[in-house]
Amino acid sequence: MDELGTADRQERFVSTAPAPGEAVAGEVRGDALLRVRDLRVVFRSRGRRDVHAVDGVSYDLAPGSTTGIVGESGSGKSVSSLAALGLLPKRGVEVSGTVEYDGRDLLALPDRDLRDLRGREIAMVFQDPMSSLNPVLTVGRQITEVLERHEGLKGEAGRARAVELLESVGIPDARRRLRAYPHQLSGGMRQRVMIAIALACRPRLLIADEPTTALDVTISAQILALLSELVKGSGTALVLITHDLGVVAGMCDTVHVMYSGRIVESAPRRELFARPRHPYTNGLLASVPRLDQERGQPLRPIPGSPSDVLPWAQGCAFAPRCTRQVPASLGAPPALLPLDSGDHLVRCCNPFPADGEPR
Amino acid sequence: MTGPGSATDPADVTRPGGLAGGTAAEVDLALPAEEGGGRGREVVRRLRRSPSAVLGLVLVGLFVLVGVFAPLLAPYSPTFVDLTDIRPGDFPGPSREHLLGVDNLGRDVFSRILYGARYSLVIGVVSVLIGASAGTVLGLLAGAFGGWVDGVVMRLVDIMLAVPSLLAAIGIAALLGRSLTSVMIAIGVVNVPIFARLLRGAMLSQRESDYALAATSLGVKRWRVTLQHVFPNSLAPVIVQGTLALATAIIDAAGLAFLGLGAQDPRIPEWGRMLADAQLYLASEPLLALWPGLAIMISVLGFYLFGEALREALDPKLRR
Amino acid sequence: MLRFAVRRLLLLVPILLGLSVLVFLFVRALPGGPETALLGERATPERLAEVRETYGLNRPLPQQYLTYMGNVLQGDLGVSPTTRQPVRDEIARRFPATIELATTAVVFAVGVGIPLGFVAARRPGSWVDNASTVGSLLGISIPVFALGYLLKYVFAVKLGWLPSSGRESPTSFADHPTGFYVLDGLLTGNPSASWDALKHLVLPGIALGTIPLAFITRITRAAVLEVSNEDYVRTAEAKGLERSVVSRRHVLRNAMLPVTTVIGLQTGLLLSGAVLTESVFAFNGMGSFLASAVFDRDYAVLQGGVLFLAVVFVLVNLLVDLAYGVIDPRVRTR
Repeated sequence: MDELGTADRQERFVSTAPAPGEAVAGEVRGDALLRVRDLRVVFRSRGRRDVHAVDGVSYDLAPGSTTGIVGESGSGKSVSSLAALGLLPKRGVEVSGTVEYDGRDLLALPDRDLRDLRGREIAMVFQDPMSSLNPVLTVGRQITEVLERHEGLKGEAGRARAVELLESVGIPDARRRLRAYPHQLSGGMRQRVMIAIALACRPRLLIADEPTTALDVTISAQILALLSELVKGSGTALVLITHDLGVVAGMCDTVHVMYSGRIVESAPRRELFARPRHPYTNGLLASVPRLDQERGQPLRPIPGSPSDVLPWAQGCAFAPRCTRQVPASLGAPPALLPLDSGDHLVRCCNPFPADGEPR
Repeated sequence: MTGPGSATDPADVTRPGGLAGGTAAEVDLALPAEEGGGRGREVVRRLRRSPSAVLGLVLVGLFVLVGVFAPLLAPYSPTFVDLTDIRPGDFPGPSREHLLGVDNLGRDVFSRILYGARYSLVIGVVSVLIGASAGTVLGLLAGAFGGWVDGVVMRLVDIMLAVPSLLAAIGIAALLGRSLTSVMIAIGVVNVPIFARLLRGAMLSQRESDYALAATSLGVKRWRVTLQHVFPNSLAPVIVQGTLALATAIIDAAGLAFLGLGAQDPRIPEWGRMLADAQLYLASEPLLALWPGLAIMISVLGFYLFGEALREALDPKLRR
Repeated sequence: MLRFAVRRLLLLVPILLGLSVLVFLFVRALPGGPETALLGERATPERLAEVRETYGLNRPLPQQYLTYMGNVLQGDLGVSPTTRQPVRDEIARRFPATIELATTAVVFAVGVGIPLGFVAARRPGSWVDNASTVGSLLGISIPVFALGYLLKYVFAVKLGWLPSSGRESPTSFADHPTGFYVLDGLLTGNPSASWDALKHLVLPGIALGTIPLAFITRITRAAVLEVSNEDYVRTAEAKGLERSVVSRRHVLRNAMLPVTTVIGLQTGLLLSGAVLTESVFAFNGMGSFLASAVFDRDYAVLQGGVLFLAVVFVLVNLLVDLAYGVIDPRVRTR
């Protein structure tokens, strides 16, 4: 047992580094809340080719920070956080790398300890609040069960706290709502309930996976404002996973852009929006309508589809869709490297110049 | 149908909720016919990859071959009596001359089992054809016309389903007189409401499908949409049910024979009857009951396995 | 909820009416008609005419039907020509046996099927999973009377552990105030009679419960597999709940929705008579009662019995729907 543990640690020690020759996105020099190193997730199924959903991702989170992870579906942005929390199915999934939280590697943590962390220190909000809430339990029960599990609050104490929580996420008539079932609430209300559940034990890290994708635009703005306000107030670090750059624009300190299982660009928010250097990020920005755009300017979608990818081993995965493709794009896979200022990282053979005309 | 339990539409079993609200779920089985040959090839490809489909098909194939070629395969005639070693209360067991021994009348059990396949095959096919065709006509009427026709047909179906099916089969068989024909008709009739409900449910949801709505909105006449698009695309669940119904028909026929309905001529080697006859010698000759029991089980298992695999192969939800 | 129940009950009325017409006509279509059934094939024409007169069989069919239904609504199901007993009493004597047998079968099927299906689904591909898959396939394929013989041969004939037929030992002289033998033993302070009755229920219960067991195992497995992939189970995991709490509160509770339907349907079927099992084990319940009524052309028993069972069947289904409302708030609070 002990021997095994040591061997395990040995091996992990080796991989407690980003992929060789790569920089760490959003690197934190001092105390970090979370250090993800060379995280890889492979889906294996019989008779099909392995899918490298997450392919060597490394990033840091500072306590209380807000980070956006942006990418289209299939880029590995959700899978990476599910993997970190041990929420992926066990069969046919291989996870490697390290996810260091508070000095402990979550990936090596026994199931029991991980369950103690989940919901208490690290919480998640998912995309579709309808399907993410249990249809046969009352909203109240779904909140109190977390309180019961992690804070030992039972009975009336739990219910009282649940009412507070519902009120804090802006649900009126909270006491009565405790007895409601998810199907009796609106989409926005349900997502507020999800947020209340996630924040029930004042976690240090909240991962919100596409929290507004299933909601109407106006509701979505309200939910984002609520999230942002709550995490700022409590000092909770937030990882916001989304396919929508517009969502991260208002609230994230740092943004990582993922493509085909790897981070392709990472920068502080302002820097990224002002000077996107990766053609993919640039394409994402160009395809979003903007108020400061001249009238009559057409939106330019990224050509091709996410399925037109090259395996990273054969060069840049984005090359088949890239307007700035160069011969090197089809050579050795590009590494994630810092540009001029140290905190702007790009994985590209031919990035846009810093002072160039990006869009 | 058979016994108390299997009257459940077996098609519903693997689908959670399938039993709850009628047949909405079956619809998913149907694919737009436009896919044409590609669809058939895809289904065959999936069937070949499924071990249970292959096993099911092998068992069914074996059953059919034995049934068809029984006269060539059987060492004796099913009615040939060999009294050489027979003494009261002690019939020769398996031997070189009689692979599975002989029965109380000195007849070769192995040959009778082989011939029995013919009867089960004919009973199964004919009764399912009766049930499926009548059920399809009713379901088509209900699904195509809707309105009061639908109301009348479905109430009729509800009424038929409210009678315990084996009891209904016993009643019908008794009404028609004890013969193989009445057994086939009886089993067929009990199957009618199952098929009718299945097809009607499938047609209702097919009608709501995008391609049917598209055809309607393009001005294609309602009856043409129904006959050319909705009906053919609703047949997949009927085919699956047909395969599974073959299994229950064989079991049910055996059950009726066991109760003394069915063929009255003792020379006819029908498995259910062989099993019933063997009951008298259960204490001394248990093997006599084992063989027909196994024969029924294997043929039924074959149809079940194949039917289930067929359903999975036809279900687009499982496609990747 | 109440409105839902009442609405469902009202929907049953036309079905039961239709059924009564069907059964009524069926009985009259039996070869020779009820009067031959009463008197036998060799009755003289004069005697037949006489009986037709006394039983009102020569009146027009609609009139006969209305008279019959009038009696039925007053709780009079007629008199059995075979046993000369009121059909109602005959049913009252046999239905408790059927309830006992069906209950045993359901307890067996549910008690084994749900845990088995659950374990199989939580460990797909394990030996438990494979064994339960093969087992349920065999269970569905084996004719119930063949299984009955098998059980009888092994446990009664060879091992001698359990009685092979009947509801109680032939030497038993227990009183039966309610007709539920297990209950009667307890009521009359005769626990050994209860034990005796229980032992007589084991083998037929298993034989009868095997097909429901196979269905329940499969539906439980399928439902648990499906629910395990639901987003709310992932949410429950993300909350850090213990594995057992996730399984019980989130997975099993939702998976029970389709399972309940199957259990109810199977219970309805079992209550409506287990002709074959009852024949194998000489168990005197509704199934063998009605089967022999078919052979005896006992039209009164057929009419009354089938109608009675249909009412039981639809009532059980109604109960299932109501139970569904209790465990699924989406149905209840629509």
